[in-house]
Amino acid sequence: MEFGPHFLLATLEGALTAAVLALTAVGLSVVFGIMRVVNVAHGEFFMLGAVIAWFVSTTVGIHPAVGFLLALVVAPVMVGFLAIVADQLVLRRLDYDPERTIVATIGLLYCIQQVTLMTFGPDARPVIPPFNQRIALPWFELGEQGFQVTWPWGFGVTTYKLAVIMFAVIILVGLWRFLARSKFGLIMRATQLDREMALAFGIPIERVYAIVFGLGAGLAALGAVLIVPIRQAHYLMGGEPLLLSFIVVIIGGLGSIPGTIMAAILIGLSDGIISVFFSPTLAKIIATLLVAFVLVYRPQGLFGRRLP
Amino acid sequence: MRQNSNVVALHAGILASLLILFFITSAYHNGNLARIMVLAVFAMGYNFLFGYTGLLSLGHALFFSAGMYGLGISMHHLELSVLPAFAVALLFTAMVSAAIGFLALRTTGVAFMIVTLMFAQAGYLTILLFGKYTRGDEGFVIQQAERTLFGLDLTDPSIRYFAAFALFAASYLFIAWAVRTSFGRCLVAIRENEARARMLGYDTARHKFLALLASGVLSGVSGAGYALLFGYAGATFASVQYSILPLLWVLLGGSGTTLGPLIGTAFAFYLVDISSEFTSAYLLVVGAAIVFLTLFFPQGLAGEIRRRIAPWLP
Amino acid sequence: MKKDSTKLLSGVSRRLALKSIGALGGAAAFSSIPGFTGMVHGQTDEPFRLGFQVHRTGIGAAYGRWYERTTNAAVARINSQGGIDGRPIEIIAEDDGTDPKRGAEVVEKFATQHNCDAAFGTLFSHVVIGSAPRAGELKLPYLVVSEGHHVASGILNRYTLQPCITDVKSQVQAMAPYVHDNLGKKVTMIYPDFAFGHDHRDYFSEAFARRGGTILEQIAIPPAETAFTRYFPKIPRDTEVLYHVMVGPAVLTFVKELGEFFGGSGPALFGFIDSLEAVDINSPGLEFLDGSYFWEGMPRYQQQGMLAYDAEYRDAVGVDANGASVSDARDVSTYAHMFGCWETLHFIRDIVSRAQGSSNMKQAMIEAAESVTDITESIEHPQGNKLFNGKTHQVFGHQYITRVNGGRLDAVHTTSIEDTFYPDEVDYTQQEF
Repeated sequence: MEFGPHFLLATLEGALTAAVLALTAVGLSVVFGIMRVVNVAHGEFFMLGAVIAWFVSTTVGIHPAVGFLLALVVAPVMVGFLAIVADQLVLRRLDYDPERTIVATIGLLYCIQQVTLMTFGPDARPVIPPFNQRIALPWFELGEQGFQVTWPWGFGVTTYKLAVIMFAVIILVGLWRFLARSKFGLIMRATQLDREMALAFGIPIERVYAIVFGLGAGLAALGAVLIVPIRQAHYLMGGEPLLLSFIVVIIGGLGSIPGTIMAAILIGLSDGIISVFFSPTLAKIIATLLVAFVLVYRPQGLFGRRLP
Repeated sequence: MRQNSNVVALHAGILASLLILFFITSAYHNGNLARIMVLAVFAMGYNFLFGYTGLLSLGHALFFSAGMYGLGISMHHLELSVLPAFAVALLFTAMVSAAIGFLALRTTGVAFMIVTLMFAQAGYLTILLFGKYTRGDEGFVIQQAERTLFGLDLTDPSIRYFAAFALFAASYLFIAWAVRTSFGRCLVAIRENEARARMLGYDTARHKFLALLASGVLSGVSGAGYALLFGYAGATFASVQYSILPLLWVLLGGSGTTLGPLIGTAFAFYLVDISSEFTSAYLLVVGAAIVFLTLFFPQGLAGEIRRRIAPWLP
Repeated sequence: MKKDSTKLLSGVSRRLALKSIGALGGAAAFSSIPGFTGMVHGQTDEPFRLGFQVHRTGIGAAYGRWYERTTNAAVARINSQGGIDGRPIEIIAEDDGTDPKRGAEVVEKFATQHNCDAAFGTLFSHVVIGSAPRAGELKLPYLVVSEGHHVASGILNRYTLQPCITDVKSQVQAMAPYVHDNLGKKVTMIYPDFAFGHDHRDYFSEAFARRGGTILEQIAIPPAETAFTRYFPKIPRDTEVLYHVMVGPAVLTFVKELGEFFGGSGPALFGFIDSLEAVDINSPGLEFLDGSYFWEGMPRYQQQGMLAYDAEYRDAVGVDANGASVSDARDVSTYAHMFGCWETLHFIRDIVSRAQGSSNMKQAMIEAAESVTDITESIEHPQGNKLFNGKTHQVFGHQYITRVNGGRLDAVHTTSIEDTFYPDEVDYTQQEF
């Protein structure tokens, strides 16, 4: 493929990665930013979202779109609820101690994976997208015969992929407005800024934490439902989103939701674009080292303020 | 100084028990203990940086695999014998650790976690990139005939056990000594409050660098020892799960204790080994056990012993 | 073989019936004779303990589950016929987590704790390579069902064998003539950036060039990758055949995105079924695969009049004519690989009977295996005739090429065994025990 269309295709793919990553990472970001704990099981909440989407869409056998739309609601709610239970049973009892939370969520990760393996099985299972047309894209060239329209081989995108990107943007804008305008958003920010002070003002910290933890898990599940018609459900699919969203949250600057979204876009796009120029594995190495060096020289993240 | 003599007695007792265990346990547990001792060196190395200095790294698989491949490549491709290959492995790990220390220690906290994670991932991918020499994920075998030291066959079960014991004992005594020096006490001071340690006039940057170097080299010793004693080097050992495992072992065993890494490594091994005999859903048991332990043994197994029974525990 | 036969005859007299059969039939056609083994009564009630290293968790779990079902079916059959030399098989299954470290630990456990007579199983080659040194040191016969080139490449040891599934080197090179003569002369390869993928790259390119074809591009995909579209633009426009092989959980995404990329106007596709093992060929998004070609170790869909024992074998392992579980049509098997477990268990039965009377049973098993040459198509070996190379410890056999035709895979070509040969790279019989 010519450089131009190749570059644009990689950018489109990068945008898709970025969209889903933004949802998943914002979920981790609120948890990380407000509760100050690393939830290693975050990727498993993502995986559960995809798996529940598969169960819902195959049980409701009317039309693929019906099952999918239902999954879009059911999966985040169920996963969010499960996360709240985990929070109440485990995290709260650990007093949200950072180190113990890491270990406990590793334990949760094992449990969730094993239960999924025993019920859902080891296979990758597809979910039918509600709609999916391939759109061949044109390319414009200034050749010897003047301005030309060509249709490069393999240059296209599917309607579903475009819809995922748009849907993710809508959700993120909605979330942003919710956190900025609503009373709960205010409470969350107050808790983030000063836990003691918030407590003194009568904010029920523990309930806020539980809701935040559920919200974070629900967002991860939502991202998974969106991506599962493109990339199938599998019980080990949680590893990559965990690592990537973890990176995104730190690069974006701890606790900054706009920063997280910007970082997701940057990482998603760069991951796609770097792959144009290098052999695939080398491209991964370069993208990985890039993240490392950004943090080496800007430890507070790209959009974070330096902590005192 | 009764506590002092307690500590000395404890160290001697631990090492003596490991020697005695060789004679009283079955061939199977013998083999397991050899493996646990080698991996405990990895956990001890990790603990040196995490438990004593307070730096949580998510990239120690890089140091472990640097040792593993340093030894493996020198024996497999350069046809070095065991001792020079081990020296190459140590030198190589020291270089890698120094480079990572130089870069990653510009950060702290979560940024340090990510930076180390990223460097380790880059290391893992580099092993795959040079698949021609490393055979990538598949890895390669270090042949039985080459694994001899001073005419001793390292693949013989008893010799393997004592070789593992020697690696363990040397690392254990090193750590037991290091944490009692003023250097070691300064590391703890950094863990508790770095700004205060700096204000007291300590060169905290240098201390952290040396702690990371020692931690990396110990992990490399473990990696090289593992490749040597079990005859295999592969990219799996460079993957992210081998960065998380030492953290898990240390936290289960008790971070910031000399004994914790050994206890944690042995506990994690037998937790999988025994539970998998009763149920094929053993990961559920393992997961539940880990959650249970964090709930009721907040400072890890050795940490709880120290808190409840023996406050003098090192 | 003569030497081997006389050794067998010098055994204990009450085993005479079996041994004469071994002596008569052993050299020419190595196939067990159903019924006869059942008549033999064991000299001991002690079960034959067989360690089964299985991928129950980790990325190999989809394979492991079917390896386990096939194994259980084979054990039930063998035990109903009197077991191994009158001793019932006792399977000791341990999860290796698809991890080389745990794999090695499990092999140790078989040898030193469970006192197994032999160990077998496991598919992923890193687990095999990580475990084999321990099997060799502990002198435990270790029979793998992995299709890796590790055994025949000479890096393992005398106790490790791959007796019933062919290795990737022979599979891949046997594909080159068919691809060249029927699909196209210019090939682009897409494979995982693993040793397994590199074997495909190296051995196929070599064989294809020998045939006069050209490899235009080799695209290695990094491990654990979940999105593939961005790599496809690297496929040159004049590609006539796209050769693809992927493993791991994202395989379905890979094949689906490939279809979306070309939108029905791409090159001919030739793939290894590894890209779609345990995946229904009729899954949504795979429609474009119609007309594309696959390598299969054993055809997933039942073929008319091809493999004489296929139907009986399917019945025994509980697989229907479409290669799915008889109890759940959505549960697709790893049919192209799992026959290796069934055949390996029967192979073990045969070498043990031939090794009877030896004081060192484990060593004698290896020696008996090394003397095997022909393996005849039978219910014990339903995948087809094979030729075992005692020096390289690797079996050679037929390969199948199938074509997707209206939602099923129809066989279009069977390679000869000779197509899969390559010069020996090792002689394990020269190694000491």
